[in-house]
Amino acid sequence: MEELKSLILILMGGVLINNYVLQRFLGICPFLGVSKKVGQATGMGVAVIFVMLVATLVTWPVQTFILDRFGLGYLQTIVFILIIAALVQFVEIILKRFVPALYRSLGVYLPLITTNCAVLGVTINNITDGYNFVESVFSTLGVGLGFLLAMVLFAGVRSKLDNAPCPKAMQGLPITLISASIVSLSFYGFLGIVENILL
Amino acid sequence: MMKEKRLTVFLKGLILENPVLVLILGTCPTLAQTGSMINALSMGLAATVVLVCSNSAISALRRIIPDTVRIPCYIVIIAAFVTVVQLLLQAFLPSIYEMMGVYLALIVVNCIILGRAEMFARKHGVLDSAVDGLGMGLGFLLALFAMAFIREIFGAGTFFGLKIPFLYDYRIPFLVAPPGGFLVFGILIAVIDALGVRRGKEKRKEFSCEGCPSRAVCNKTFCNENIELVNEDEQTPLNKSDALNSEKKEGGK
Repeated sequence: MEELKSLILILMGGVLINNYVLQRFLGICPFLGVSKKVGQATGMGVAVIFVMLVATLVTWPVQTFILDRFGLGYLQTIVFILIIAALVQFVEIILKRFVPALYRSLGVYLPLITTNCAVLGVTINNITDGYNFVESVFSTLGVGLGFLLAMVLFAGVRSKLDNAPCPKAMQGLPITLISASIVSLSFYGFLGIVENILL
Repeated sequence: MMKEKRLTVFLKGLILENPVLVLILGTCPTLAQTGSMINALSMGLAATVVLVCSNSAISALRRIIPDTVRIPCYIVIIAAFVTVVQLLLQAFLPSIYEMMGVYLALIVVNCIILGRAEMFARKHGVLDSAVDGLGMGLGFLLALFAMAFIREIFGAGTFFGLKIPFLYDYRIPFLVAPPGGFLVFGILIAVIDALGVRRGKEKRKEFSCEGCPSRAVCNKTFCNENIELVNEDEQTPLNKSDALNSEKKEGGK
């Protein structure tokens, strides 16, 4: 029961409190680039969750059973980014070949994910936070869901922005960033939640 | 003559094509590492070192690296230099290493570095690429420092950790918190634009795929709706649907 509680805390922490996009600034590129329409944002979010999970399933064993065992911890960055890049290619090929329907909906987002810092970030953070395998999977799932939530919420906000009058210098990216700030502020409010649960 | 050209390349990265404020690249570290000035300085310097080294290495190897697998090759080269910087910091400046945490490793996926490899280093000589890397790196540093300066002075009321008498009493902690990062960045870009650094260039202020590291493999249209040429030597082929899209938008206005 205690374990389940801690897993749920890790999950919720990833979704709300440590939201990667809005609180830790990882994965800002897709957040600003692919959040114009709710549909695209959802597709990107789902693809990111998928790649993150697969990446965690591979990087955690690699770190524990290969890098740590042979004292190669300093190769972490190189190995992880290569694993992620290879995985993305691999997933793309597999999906194209065997699940064309899924490929059509997620395929376009996959190449963009290789260099998404949220994916590399979450795999490294799982190791630095000292999570075991199950905890890593849950924390990854939480981070991924948090990413999806932020993307979809922000896409909704952004679709309203198109019709809003705003000063010329503010048009485009500046006003997008300022609305991101307000969305981020609303997530900032979740900070107190975990303290209350823990106490 | 050559010297003058190099100086232009260098200054271009520093101001006119500032990677952060004008090209809008590397937004993640810009937002995450500007809560304090010391953080911003370390991030900027680390990224500059990696950028200069990786740009020179990629430029030196540009005839050897096969075109089809160049992106993975660039990533490996960059990751190697990031690891070097990580190990050096861990050994000699452990406190800064601790402070930067995961963001140090994430220099690997910083769009600026892969973007410069793709846009500049693979087409130019070693020395030019190193100068370009230095200019872009210092431009990145400058932008980070400007952001951190505003956020730390008004948000924390401190200057490199030293309290400023009046401002400390009336500090605005919001600015140091994550939402403040978005706010300051947005306003800074708007101010830069109003000052007209981009004057004479019809460049829309949208998040662009220009320099997005995945662009070479991506070729999709959904996020490059707003790609425009930054300047002539970066020949980005505008594909038809983009041209149509932008025409439609302008027609709509």
